[in-house]
Amino acid sequence: MKSSILHSNNGYFGKYGGMFLPELLIAPMTELAKSLKIAESKSFQKIFRNLLKEYAGRPTPLTEVKRFAQAANAPRVFLKREDLLHTGSHKINNALGQCLLAKELGKKRIIAETGAGQHGVATATICAYLGLDCVVYMGACDIKRQEPNVRKMKMLGAEVRSVNAGSMTLKEAVNEALRDYAESYENTHYCLGSALGPHPYPQMVALFQKVIGEETRKQSIKYLGRLPDKVVACVGGGSNAIGIFSGFLEDDVNLIGVEAGGRGAMLGDHAARFSGGSPGVLHGTYSYILQDDSGQIADTHSISAGMDYPSVSPIHALLHDTKKATYTSVNDQEALAAFKLLSKTEGIIPALESSHALAWVMREGKHFQKNEIIIICLSGRGEKDLNRDDL
Amino acid sequence: MNRIQKTFHNNNKAFVAYLTAGQKGLEYSLQSSLAIIEAGADILEIGIPFSDPIADGPVIQKAMEDALERKTTPEDVFSLVSKIREINHEIPIVLFSYLNPIIKKSDEFFKEAANAGADALLIVDMPLEESKNIHEKCFKNGLELIFIISPSTPKKRISKITKQAGGFLYYVCRKGTTGMKSELPEGFENKVREIKSISKLPVIAGFGISTREMAEQVTTVADGFVVGSYFVNAMGNSISQKDLTESAKSIKPCSYIYSVSGN
Repeated sequence: MKSSILHSNNGYFGKYGGMFLPELLIAPMTELAKSLKIAESKSFQKIFRNLLKEYAGRPTPLTEVKRFAQAANAPRVFLKREDLLHTGSHKINNALGQCLLAKELGKKRIIAETGAGQHGVATATICAYLGLDCVVYMGACDIKRQEPNVRKMKMLGAEVRSVNAGSMTLKEAVNEALRDYAESYENTHYCLGSALGPHPYPQMVALFQKVIGEETRKQSIKYLGRLPDKVVACVGGGSNAIGIFSGFLEDDVNLIGVEAGGRGAMLGDHAARFSGGSPGVLHGTYSYILQDDSGQIADTHSISAGMDYPSVSPIHALLHDTKKATYTSVNDQEALAAFKLLSKTEGIIPALESSHALAWVMREGKHFQKNEIIIICLSGRGEKDLNRDDL
Repeated sequence: MNRIQKTFHNNNKAFVAYLTAGQKGLEYSLQSSLAIIEAGADILEIGIPFSDPIADGPVIQKAMEDALERKTTPEDVFSLVSKIREINHEIPIVLFSYLNPIIKKSDEFFKEAANAGADALLIVDMPLEESKNIHEKCFKNGLELIFIISPSTPKKRISKITKQAGGFLYYVCRKGTTGMKSELPEGFENKVREIKSISKLPVIAGFGISTREMAEQVTTVADGFVVGSYFVNAMGNSISQKDLTESAKSIKPCSYIYSVSGN
């Protein structure tokens, strides 16, 4: 494997990661970790890569957005078009990989958590395609704000279970999925949607998402004759960012992860784990988390359901500490402005999640060198976000 | 002999009662603890509330939510423990916690827990592989570290866990999360026998035990049983101290109601 940073040391990325789970889940999770070997095997990768091409629609284009760049006062800006994939986001890469693996392991039922609904839709889609039962846990608040995706999941034959606890968003959906898994692991695979959670998920999800970075690197060299100067991605759990960053970890390229700054800097008003959080354990992994003085997990806020989560991938935690990547945040209003600007200047409606990466370029573009090349991972499309009053 | 060893001395069986600290307020937790001790509980397990209790079912989730709405902190839980200790010197007290509040308080957690009079720590989301550090800190402060065995724990792993475990082994006897059930799961007795053939530690069983019949059945093979959600549910309905004592008495098997040492 080219980028060794994506390969954990027994589940650890530096001091981050691990498998912090109740004893009941250790045996099934250890079994799943063994299946990483299958997922990495040539024969599995061949089937996986072929379906990414023929079913999901890879490779995705690298599109230059001149009018957006001009409006943002930025040099050359390109978008890696994960929004053009089947189901509308990069989440299909991971859902396809995990569900194929689950089938290989003889599992008949798939459960998933979802925030924005993109991972839920991707999982429901692949389950329909592979003939697997599918249950998706989703916070009641997210069900409301991402209603088009709920309809899609139901149409695809998935059962969507509303979670009413706590802030009724992604964190609570993960809690419920883990509780389901504790009961059902014998016949069920938990298809976790980001490079988060206990080992082996961070490594597994990174494995299935690294195709984004591989393609982007090749396209950059082939069409632009060189590598980009900056690669920018939004970081919710962090899977699209890990996917695209992984293509450039050995290169002299600035990698920038953009978190949700929400509506303010107070705990509870944002989901910026690196600026507002500290290391701790949530959902099976040791990483940066948002927490209060007693170690209770804090509520988060973001305009974007897919970014609204108090923990972040342990791989990003390591990239952050080793300064391989830098992390920053934009607030709700900046993300909304980017959402509108890309729609109006380029005819591309971005997901509110991806809008965070766009917004950072809008804010910082004027400081870039004139000949710089910026690639933004456009992780998803934004039709799901159109039922807002403030658009 | 420490308090836990005393409890299991002479093959005594133990009735372990769980409650979530801060549910309905700390004073209510204190009075409820005393009421349960009065009924003849042999070990008290006190849960530190956590925002994301992934191993717990709806009843304990709700209790933890209630305790956190009342801003119950680990410090409050320690002060609850020391208040119980002022009144009762003998009963072993096990603190039940998720890992993150412990990481956050770091060394202080262990010191304060020991100073308050707790005997042991059970950390629900800390498996053996991640326990080295915590184990040392427990040892330094004279706290036992209790480990969980589950139906999915393979034989080899049971013996690894046994080597690190203190106090007793807690057999979580079914898949899923905490909550009340009406009967014991299939294969229960065999698994307990398997654990006991590997470990010399007492084995207590929990998860779903809520009747005297179940408690009696459990203790034909195990060294004790835990009742948790059943009490927490009753406390959620603001059960009076008197009724709680009666309710706890009604679960404790008659066969060893007078054999309890220390109370």
